[in-house]
Amino acid sequence: MAFIEIEHAGKVYTNPAGEKFRALNDVNLEIERGEFVCLLGPSGCGKSTLLSALAGFDLATEGRVAVDGEEVRGPSPERVTIFQQYGLLPWRTVLGNVELGLEGRRGLSKAERDSTAYEYLALVGLEDFASAHPNELSGGMQQRVSIARGLAVNPEVLFMDEPFGALDAITRMKLQDDILRIAKETGKTVVFVTHDIEEAVYLSDRIVVMTPNPGRVKSVVEVPMSWGFRDRTSEDFVACRDKVFAIFNMKHEPEIEYVI
Amino acid sequence: MKQHALGAWRVVVSFAILLGLWQLAWAFSTYPDSLFPSPGASLAAIGELAQKGRLWTDIAASMYRYVAGYALAAALGVLLGLVLGWFSRAWAYVNPVVQFIRPISPMAWLPFIVLLLGIGDIPAIAIVFIAAFFPVLIGTVSAVRAIDPIYLKVAKNFAVTGPRKIASIVLPAAFPQIMNSLRTAIGTAWIFLVAGEMVGAQTGLGYLIIDARNNLSADQLLAAIIVIGIIGFALDTTVRFIDTRVQRAWGREV
Repeated sequence: MAFIEIEHAGKVYTNPAGEKFRALNDVNLEIERGEFVCLLGPSGCGKSTLLSALAGFDLATEGRVAVDGEEVRGPSPERVTIFQQYGLLPWRTVLGNVELGLEGRRGLSKAERDSTAYEYLALVGLEDFASAHPNELSGGMQQRVSIARGLAVNPEVLFMDEPFGALDAITRMKLQDDILRIAKETGKTVVFVTHDIEEAVYLSDRIVVMTPNPGRVKSVVEVPMSWGFRDRTSEDFVACRDKVFAIFNMKHEPEIEYVI
Repeated sequence: MKQHALGAWRVVVSFAILLGLWQLAWAFSTYPDSLFPSPGASLAAIGELAQKGRLWTDIAASMYRYVAGYALAAALGVLLGLVLGWFSRAWAYVNPVVQFIRPISPMAWLPFIVLLLGIGDIPAIAIVFIAAFFPVLIGTVSAVRAIDPIYLKVAKNFAVTGPRKIASIVLPAAFPQIMNSLRTAIGTAWIFLVAGEMVGAQTGLGYLIIDARNNLSADQLLAAIIVIGIIGFALDTTVRFIDTRVQRAWGREV
């Protein structure tokens, strides 16, 4: 039994007028513990819908979505989502933000909370900014804080929803390296949503390629390079990237028939 | 710091112009001094009232009513606003009545309140309460409804629920906007306190005006107006200062 199981999962929205809209159609996917999987596709392909169903924010209306053998019925600190907009609480310090998920834990003293929070701040390289407020930090640093906050509750899996989409290219590459290193060090399972093909190839063990109308899985691509040895200019990398490009190119618009 | 000095300088110039115009108007006026006093005479009247102790007892009476009415309105307005903002279905039932009562001037209630409760502290407190309550209530409700959904998602994700969610997510997330409505209410409440005391009280700065009119002492009348203005100005400046600090602490540009 796989760690994350998605069987015939679908999502249909009904608007107040009673019209139905299908956002996700018959998704079947298994993700193993410790895997780094990217959901890749253009907007409207259902990748964020699928992530939201996994995280429990917006449940699937069809099929079965289960993490660690248990059907997902709502969000849980076992499965932390990292958002593109960071979602940091601006009225709290960096340390206060990282401690948010630890405050409800019984039998955890303030000192223990602090030391846990500092441990994860160190992991993302921000231990010197513990007393700063989020608005004093750059976007990349804020996303690091959000990652530290997520890891501090020691979840089984990280769900990342285009987490680096708001960052400039250089910062994005730096954070890609960081999240790879962190995933490797902590052994966390990561499901990462992106529309950036290079990002997906750089990060993933497997890439789940999705297409829209309705949102569905087009194919799953194995990335045969080991962690820590990924070079964006290497032949393997380029070959893998081309393979993904090819899958998207194969997605034709419906053939247009010219009638005169 | 330079900004502060400049601001203070502008305040001084602004008031100097006002006093200058008043002095000019007085110099060219054909009214007797007893009806249209000079700035000097009015300021002297403040000194006289202060010396006799009357000024301080009236200020104390007014401030007591103001603080009581405002604090009650703020506490109740924020509390109810949090609840009604959160349970938007309940607000849908309460809102029509709020919108019906809100445009009624608090002064319209005064005869009714005096009939029911007599004159004294209560009518003035009630007027201040009515004047401050609705802006705070409505401001808090819309503040809660305007909370960025991402904060609530984060709360859910980290299992921050129940009272902890209200205390560490909902209230702080809505607080800058609540602070705005508290600031609006500070000024409105002060305006209506004076009006309320002119009808429903026998002490206080509002009553001081009525008393001065009855004794035909225009200098005392203007003295009361000046004091009311000074306190209102001080209240607004203080709250504006706090508001600015709050907005900064919440990471908002002011």
